[in-house]
Amino acid sequence: MNFSVIICGVGGQGVVLASRLLAITAMNSGFHVNTAETLGMSQREGSVVSHLQFGDDIKSSLIPEGSADLIIGLEVSEVARNLHFLKKNGKIITNSKMILPSARSSNEKYDSEKIINFIKEKVKSTICIDFSEIAKVAGNPKSMNVSVLGAAFYAEFLPLKYDNFLKTIESEIPEKYRNINLNAAKLSAETIFNMQEGHDEQ
Amino acid sequence: MNNKHFLMGNEAIAYGAIAAGLQFATGYPGTPSTEVMETLIKNAKKYNFYAEWSTNEKVALETAIGASFSGASSIVTMKQVGLNVASDPLMSLTYLGVKGPLVLLVTDDPGPHSSQTEQDTRSFGLFSNIPVLDPSNSQEAYEMTKYAFEISKKYETPVFLRTTTRVSHRCDDVVLDDLKPSNEDIEGFSKSSRWVIFPKLAAERHPILEKLQETLSKEFSNSKFNFKTGTGKIGIITSGASYHYVNEAISNNKDLFSVLKIGTPYPFPEKKVIEFINDIESIIVVEELDSYLEDQLLQLFGKYGISKAVYGKKNNIFPYCGEYGIDIAKVGINKVLDILKIQRIEIPEKLISKNEIIPLPVRPPNLCAGCMHRTVFYAFKEVSKELKKQNIQTIFSGDIGCYTLGNAPPLELIDTCLCMGAGISIAGGISRTNKNSKNVAFIGDSTFFHSGIPAVINAVYNKADVTIAVLDNRTTAMTGHQPHPGTGKTALGEATKLIDIEGILKSCGIEFVKTVSADDFLTCKEISRAAIDYNGPSAVVFRGTCVSLVKSTKKCTINKNKCTGCKICVERLGCPAITLNGDIPEIMENCTGCGLCMAVCPVDAIKEVDEQ
Ligand code: SF4
Ligand code: SF4
Repeated sequence: MNFSVIICGVGGQGVVLASRLLAITAMNSGFHVNTAETLGMSQREGSVVSHLQFGDDIKSSLIPEGSADLIIGLEVSEVARNLHFLKKNGKIITNSKMILPSARSSNEKYDSEKIINFIKEKVKSTICIDFSEIAKVAGNPKSMNVSVLGAAFYAEFLPLKYDNFLKTIESEIPEKYRNINLNAAKLSAETIFNMQEGHDEQ
Repeated sequence: MNNKHFLMGNEAIAYGAIAAGLQFATGYPGTPSTEVMETLIKNAKKYNFYAEWSTNEKVALETAIGASFSGASSIVTMKQVGLNVASDPLMSLTYLGVKGPLVLLVTDDPGPHSSQTEQDTRSFGLFSNIPVLDPSNSQEAYEMTKYAFEISKKYETPVFLRTTTRVSHRCDDVVLDDLKPSNEDIEGFSKSSRWVIFPKLAAERHPILEKLQETLSKEFSNSKFNFKTGTGKIGIITSGASYHYVNEAISNNKDLFSVLKIGTPYPFPEKKVIEFINDIESIIVVEELDSYLEDQLLQLFGKYGISKAVYGKKNNIFPYCGEYGIDIAKVGINKVLDILKIQRIEIPEKLISKNEIIPLPVRPPNLCAGCMHRTVFYAFKEVSKELKKQNIQTIFSGDIGCYTLGNAPPLELIDTCLCMGAGISIAGGISRTNKNSKNVAFIGDSTFFHSGIPAVINAVYNKADVTIAVLDNRTTAMTGHQPHPGTGKTALGEATKLIDIEGILKSCGIEFVKTVSADDFLTCKEISRAAIDYNGPSAVVFRGTCVSLVKSTKKCTINKNKCTGCKICVERLGCPAITLNGDIPEIMENCTGCGLCMAVCPVDAIKEVDEQ
């Protein structure tokens, strides 16, 4: 088994931490794991992408186009930017909130609705929720990255256990922020649970 | 105990050095090398070794050479362009050799992601006769670091450990040894003519150096870091990150290929390569950057009169430029399969290709919201506009650091940018060759200490009419906030003498030296103007703090009733905290309240609010 994930967002959103938490969960579940991040200039308000793979036989650090199993998005337009990495029946889970680029660089109006529709049109299995709001309710908007991850685990978008992810939060997040992050993960798991319930009733 | 750790390639290298008994570490920050020293600094006390950020790569190497001459196990870290700075001592060191093992970690940046060049340190190994090790993942980076110390000690030669961005910045699960603090004593320096490079000694040492290359080529031919997989008739020779791209590209067609993975590119493991190509019909070389392995292979063919087809960069199968990936490996291998009339390897059908994606907001790198550099650049821009009205051109020479972004729109201020420390000297050259121009050079604080000072001395000595603007935000911001001589702190966190930039400028002979706080736009502008007007070399130190180090409690907001929607604040400054999603701009969370937009708004519509 090999599983590959693209985690994407904007500098400052916590892509690197998200990818680390996911990687450690995979490692502790007995897999080899490998990540590659874009660092440097891109951190200054730019797009950030992490390529993450785990499984029994991991080779290169970059995921080839058209072969990621999952995209985890912290920002919608960044998901669209990386859509060419996704494989044919791949899945997407993303924060619906947009981050406006610095005004001078964007000539067009940033229409997040249009982008979300485009993504949903291309990929049936897309979960798109305002995770920033969930994180805020959990106690700190900064834990949005953990909130998205919690939902991905709970929705079984990853071949790893949700409980193992909670254990990673306990071991990796400094005590000061641990509970807020656990809350963020649990709150978004609840949201997914409710969503799935609602879905079944229909 | 479980010794499996999730480590970045650079962290693995640091732990490899510790496992090898490291005693002395020096470096200068530069992406993608920086985390090696950062990890070492964090562990220095625990494992009992010395670590420092040096003022530049040449000084870092020379300092480590001193330690090595005293018998200490040493590592020096830098990026590929830093190696150019260190090349002077390096070329002589290779003749002398070392006493304590000395490993040079140099990271290359195919792409390039954050560099001025795409140069290849394997070629530098060949040029300088220094053995090169080239790992492909974090575990290998760890093992090869230990091996680098081993051969450096055994053959008394400096050794290059060379990585690329995808090796330095990939994270893997790595199995580490039980690390122990180094308890070995450093033998100490003993006087010997061996450490004094005179022409006579150089002449004596040169044949020994050449002989060593043959010995090492033999040793490397037996190294476990060069290995073969597969049994197919088409041979692929590859190294570093490309090895993984190749493996993944051919994973469904393994029977066709044999792969030779080279972990020790210089000296070329001749015997190993000859053995490999014996049962092979045609050879594909897959490597990023220079055609290094391909050149070595072709030479070998000439030397032994071998005639087999070699496909690589030289016959346009693979590109010379840019970073490789699985797709590039596949496309190249398929080109060769076409030539050989063998069925292509399959490329999976994509959900969507890159050009089918709808237009998206562009996010170019930008100076942070509230960055002091924006205030200074904008001040100079205003002054240059005033001067233009008098028909005087202002030419701005930039340098390497965050402030290179002064080149980005809408500021678009920087006219030249070459390498660390070059801004001041280039401005000097321009001032001598342009009649009616004013010449300004920007330099950051860390860069000033790195290589700016000799250029200041030159400007004064040779009477260049330049204005030197030192952008002092009290840290090396671009690479992750390392301390430098102007911060009053060492790498290990000890307080030290703060070296005074103004004092240096004055003692270099500059008479007009002013200091101004970058918080105050109007004073910045005034003093910029005065410095430019001054006849002869002048300098202004603009002082502030990097916004990503201090949390601001201030914030600005736009009064919607007063704002006329002129967009001046949006279009002239490029502050990422100001956005426009309608007619009236909005100021967002990331505003630090620096006040620059207040200073440019013509109708006073922007106000500071307290954000407790
Ligand atoms: S005060 Fe104005 S220029 Fe400064 S950070 Fe805030 S929005 Fe940007
Ligand atoms: S510069 Fe002042 S008036 Fe013009 S858009 Fe900005 S806030 Fe409004």
